[in-house]
Order: sequence, then structure tokens, then C-alpha cells
Amino acid sequence: MAENQPEAPGGAQLPGSEQSAGAVAPQGEPVLRLLGISKAFGAVQALKDVDFEVYAGEVVGLVGDNGAGKSTLIKTISGVNIPDSGEILLDGRRVSINGPADATALGIETVYQDLALCDNLDVVSNLFLGREDSAGPLPFGRIMREVEMERRTVQVLKQLDVKIPSVRVPVASLSGGQRQSIAVAKTILRNARLVLLDEPTAALGVAQTRQVLNLIRRLRDQGLAVVVISHNLADVFEVVDRVIVMRLGRRAATFDIHATTAEQVVAAITGAEFGEEPEVNGATPGATLAS
Amino acid sequence: MSTEVTSTTTTTAAPVPQPTSLTPWAALGERFRRGDLGQLPAVLMLVVIAIFFQITSQGFFFFPRNLSNLMLQIATTACLSLGAVLVLLLGEIDLSMAAVANFCGAVMVTLSVYHGFGALPALLAGLVAGAIIGLINGFVVAVLRVPSFVVTLAGYIFYSGLLLHILLPNTTIRLIDPTLTGIMTNYVTFPWDVLIPIPVLAIFVGLLLYTRAQRRRANLALSPIWDVWGRIGLAILLFAGGLFIFESAFGVPYSTFLLVGLILLLWIMLRFTRFGRHIYAVGGNAEAARRAGINVIWIRIAVFTLTSTLAALGGILDSSRAISATAQVDPALLLNAIAVAVIGGVSLFGGRGSIWGVVLGALVIGSLSNGLDLLSSQNADIKLMVEGVVLLIAVIIDALARRRNAVQGR
Repeated sequence: MAENQPEAPGGAQLPGSEQSAGAVAPQGEPVLRLLGISKAFGAVQALKDVDFEVYAGEVVGLVGDNGAGKSTLIKTISGVNIPDSGEILLDGRRVSINGPADATALGIETVYQDLALCDNLDVVSNLFLGREDSAGPLPFGRIMREVEMERRTVQVLKQLDVKIPSVRVPVASLSGGQRQSIAVAKTILRNARLVLLDEPTAALGVAQTRQVLNLIRRLRDQGLAVVVISHNLADVFEVVDRVIVMRLGRRAATFDIHATTAEQVVAAITGAEFGEEPEVNGATPGATLAS
Repeated sequence: MSTEVTSTTTTTAAPVPQPTSLTPWAALGERFRRGDLGQLPAVLMLVVIAIFFQITSQGFFFFPRNLSNLMLQIATTACLSLGAVLVLLLGEIDLSMAAVANFCGAVMVTLSVYHGFGALPALLAGLVAGAIIGLINGFVVAVLRVPSFVVTLAGYIFYSGLLLHILLPNTTIRLIDPTLTGIMTNYVTFPWDVLIPIPVLAIFVGLLLYTRAQRRRANLALSPIWDVWGRIGLAILLFAGGLFIFESAFGVPYSTFLLVGLILLLWIMLRFTRFGRHIYAVGGNAEAARRAGINVIWIRIAVFTLTSTLAALGGILDSSRAISATAQVDPALLLNAIAVAVIGGVSLFGGRGSIWGVVLGALVIGSLSNGLDLLSSQNADIKLMVEGVVLLIAVIIDALARRRNAVQGR
């Protein structure tokens, strides 16, 4: 691809390469910053030199058309994909994420669309799945501290204002919104600092969507950094502080939610208004960063 | 800690319908509505069967000696069913259980008779043979991801052949060792049949009350008090009733003692340990379990190993009762073992069920068989047909409960 020629002395254009409609990022050091992330799957360049940042106490909406690179970006952060090039900074310190376990250890938690809940287990069991509070000498003999786990479950659900009939009912009997809430509460129990939510409101009814959006606000109010992937712009506008638009594997635009309109975001997603933009991005700042 | 502040108000976190105000009937209705029938169908079935045979056998069914005999009859099947519950909870199946049972029984018998092994070494060798078979099954299922149905079907055929082979040139070998035959003919008698269970009962009651006190301190929703006393009462009733019946006959059969002990151990494992929780998790959603950091492969291998070991124990009990090893795999054994688990409320689709189901399931299947034997006019034909119908009813109840669960679910 022509725009990838590294000798193009386009570095100077870098500041102009992003369409910003009054985007004012919060001050200070972001919790997570990605610099010049690229990732190719065979011949398909899924991510091209993408920068990304999210601050504590902020909800970032990640939007874009199918195949724009949202999922690949999220998977890079959560350790499922390992980028071909680029840097990941956590609190300004360079880290390497070579697997989901690394991401978890760094306080990055992802809630995928399928929620990864065991329907047959109750709420407490799901929240503590794989991290049961237990003691005992043998793998067969590690007795769980049920009372303590239940106490902490009730505490976390209260903290997030999640309402469920009982923490001892199987998750299968809960509504979609409640299940989503349980999946999110799971990340809080793991002391997450950054929570990635993949389509949290897809397939939810109106009331349940509201429930989940409230939950996202509450995560932000607790000082967490939240990234929400969504196709639903109404939800995005309701809950998000900043919108980052991905298009054709690049970060196409960033908007402050209070200074933008849905039309502008849609235009950025489809590339209608900023049709020439891939050329603007033509420079490869990744080359400069690497040196 | 801030937790102390919140703990005083935690009960308001969720609009919990105050459980203490729930009457037993309301609680039962609530469970019905959720489609969570638990073991109720099995209990009803057992009651109906018992009453029916009590009447048709002119009151012989409830004779202590008959009930004692019943416990000996169901020992092998119950033992295999314990293993069946474990694999079913994973959402897998083990069709090799019966062949493994008879093979491992034969291993014990041949070692004892032909190779002069002592009772304990021969018995342990039988169990180890079972464990190794389970390890192989588990490895192929968990690591190579071959469906357990096929793996264990192949195992069934293979171990049937191996059973024939190790008994060559005979088809039956008589077991002589008095210790080994004694497993199924000896009884625990007074005072030990009282002295051994009482501490267990005391620990059970103590833990129940201790947990309740702990929950009260943590300000958690308490189960209604009738529930606690109901459990304690039921435990004492079963203990005292069972003891009374066995004492009226010869005492508690060794095998019954062994089975009750195993059930308690497996119950603790499934209900209170991480390992048990992980078995349910893998059966419910293996992918979620994997992402939660659970070593799914190890869980699967461990469960298949446990299952085959339990099958081996069942085979050993069988050989001891028959005082011999035969080259023929009992065709009804496998099906009965799985039927017992399913009648006891264990789902075939994984993740749902309790080890206590085996008690009820085994009593249902055992009573049917025992009762039909009492009505000596009936033979195998009626027996099999009735068993088939009962199993079908149990599976239908399971399927309906699942459907109701799913409809109500989202």
C-alpha cells in the first residue's frame, strides 16, 4: 500500500492526522496508552499504527464499522492478540502483555459478549469462579469459605447498585441485564483498573439497557477506566465521555461527547465526510517512534 | 474497614424477600416455579414403589431382613452410580464402567486365587487398575478431545475382551480369601454401628449451626430456622431409622457402611471444595471455566480417574458378593448405574445434580428389582419393562425441568 512507504516525510503532519472536534482529553497520565500499535493477520492489516489512551474515571466509547479494528484493538489490550509493533504503557510505564493472564495481572479485565458465566452456578460461585476463597492441604480438600465469599458478593453488588433477588439463585434465572451486571461485578472483585466491555447492551431490552448504562457510570464514578465497544450510538452518547472512531484499521477520529453530534460520529465511522482521511494518515509515525 | 460500615445495611442491597418469613410450602412453591424440582420426583417415586410392593408382597417388603438384603443388592450399582454422577456433572459419559468394574473385580480375584496375593494387596491392585483405566480414558477425552461416548464405548469392548483374557482358560473363578468374601457378608454390629456414625452426625449438626451463626454475624440472609431443624431432624431420622432396621436384621452391612462413607466424602468434595465447584463449572460452561483460569484438562482427567476407580470398587463388591469372578460383563450393570444417577436428578447435560440423588435413585431401582423378585411370578421380562418406564419418566421430568428453566431464564 502506497501510504505505508516509510520514507514519506509525513511526520510533521501527524497532529493533523486525526479529526478532532474539540476533543479535550482529561489531564494527567492515562491509565493505559497504546502507541503505534500495528497488527496484521496474514495479508490483512487489521490495525495500522493505532494510538489509544484511556484515563481513570473516564468512559471511552470505541466505535466503528464491522472490520474497522475495534475487536482487534480490544484483544490487543486484553492480551488475546499480541501486536506486531507498537508500545503499551500502563501509568506511563512500558509493559508487555503476552497473554490474558498478563492483562489480568495488570488490572485489565474484559467482559466479552458471551459474558462467560456458568448458568448452572449461583451468583456467588460465578463471581469467585477460579478464585474461590479456600483453605486446605490438597487439591481435593480445599474447603471454600462460603460465608466470606457471599459477604463480599453482597458488598460488591451493593457498591454497584445491582439488584438481584438472591445471590444464591443460579445465574440462568437472571435477566440479561442482571447477567451483564454479574459479569461486570466479577471484574471489580478482581480489582480491575481498566474494564473493557464488548457490546454490553447488545440484545438487551430498554430497562435492562438502562440498568447496564447506570452500571457503567458507577464504574466510572469509582475511578475506573472503562472502554465500551458499541454499535448503538444512542447508548454511546448517553454514557461515554469520549468517542474514539476506528476506520479501516486506523484511529479515524476522536470526539468529546459534549461537543459533537451523532451525525459527525456516523460520518467518521463511514468515512463520508472525511473521505480523504486515509491519505492524511499516510505517514508512518510508527517508524519515528521505533527509532 | 469500610466493609464494617456497609455490613449493617447489606440486607438492603438486594430486595430479598425476607426468607425467614417463608413457610416451607411457599419455599417449595418457589422452587417449583423455578423448575428446580431437585429430588422430589425420586422421593415420590420411591414412596409409590415402596407402598405398592408392601401391599402386593403381603407386608414382606418392609421386613428388616429384606431391606438389609436390598442394601446388599444395590451396593455395586450404587457404587458405579457415584462415578456416573461425577462424569455426568461434567457433561460427559462413561460407558466403560460396567466392563471396568467386572475387569477390576477379576483382577482382584485372579491375583488372590492364582498369584497368592493377600486380601489388601489384591484389593488395592483392583482399585489401581481402575484408576489407570480412568487416567487413560480421561487423557483421551480431555487432551485429545475425542467424545467420551466413543472413547468409553471402545473401552467397554476392550475391557470385556481383557476380562475374558485374564480368566483364561476358565470362565469363572471362585474367590476363596475369607477377608475378600467377607466384605459383602459381614456386618458392623453393636456398639460400633452406633459409635462410629454418632460423631459424624454431631459434626454435621455442629457445622450447620456454626455456619448459621457465621452468616448472622456477616449479616447475610439466613435460611429459615425450620430449614435448619428440618435438616438436622432428617439426618437424625435417617440415622436412627436405618440403624433400627439394620439392627433388627444382622447389623449394618460393611458395604452399606462403605457406601455411606463414600457418599459423605463425595458430597463434601462436590459441595464444599474448590475441586467440586470446578467440576460443576466445567459441566455448566467449559469455556467460561477455562477463561476463569480453571485447568479444565486436569479436572476432566481427575474425574474420569475417580469414576473408573469407583467402578473398580463396585466390581470388587460384586465379586465379593458373588464369591467369584466371571468372564461375562453384566449387561444390566452399566444401564442401571446411569439410570440411578438420572432418576436421582442428575442432568445428562452436565452441571446439575447432587450425589444424594444416588441414594434415592439406587433405592428406586433396587426396590423395583427387589420388589418384583418378591412377587415371584414376575421374571426378568416385567422387571426390565418396569425399569425402562421408570427411567423414561425420570428423563422426561429432567427434560421438562430444563425447559421450564430455560423459558423462565431470560
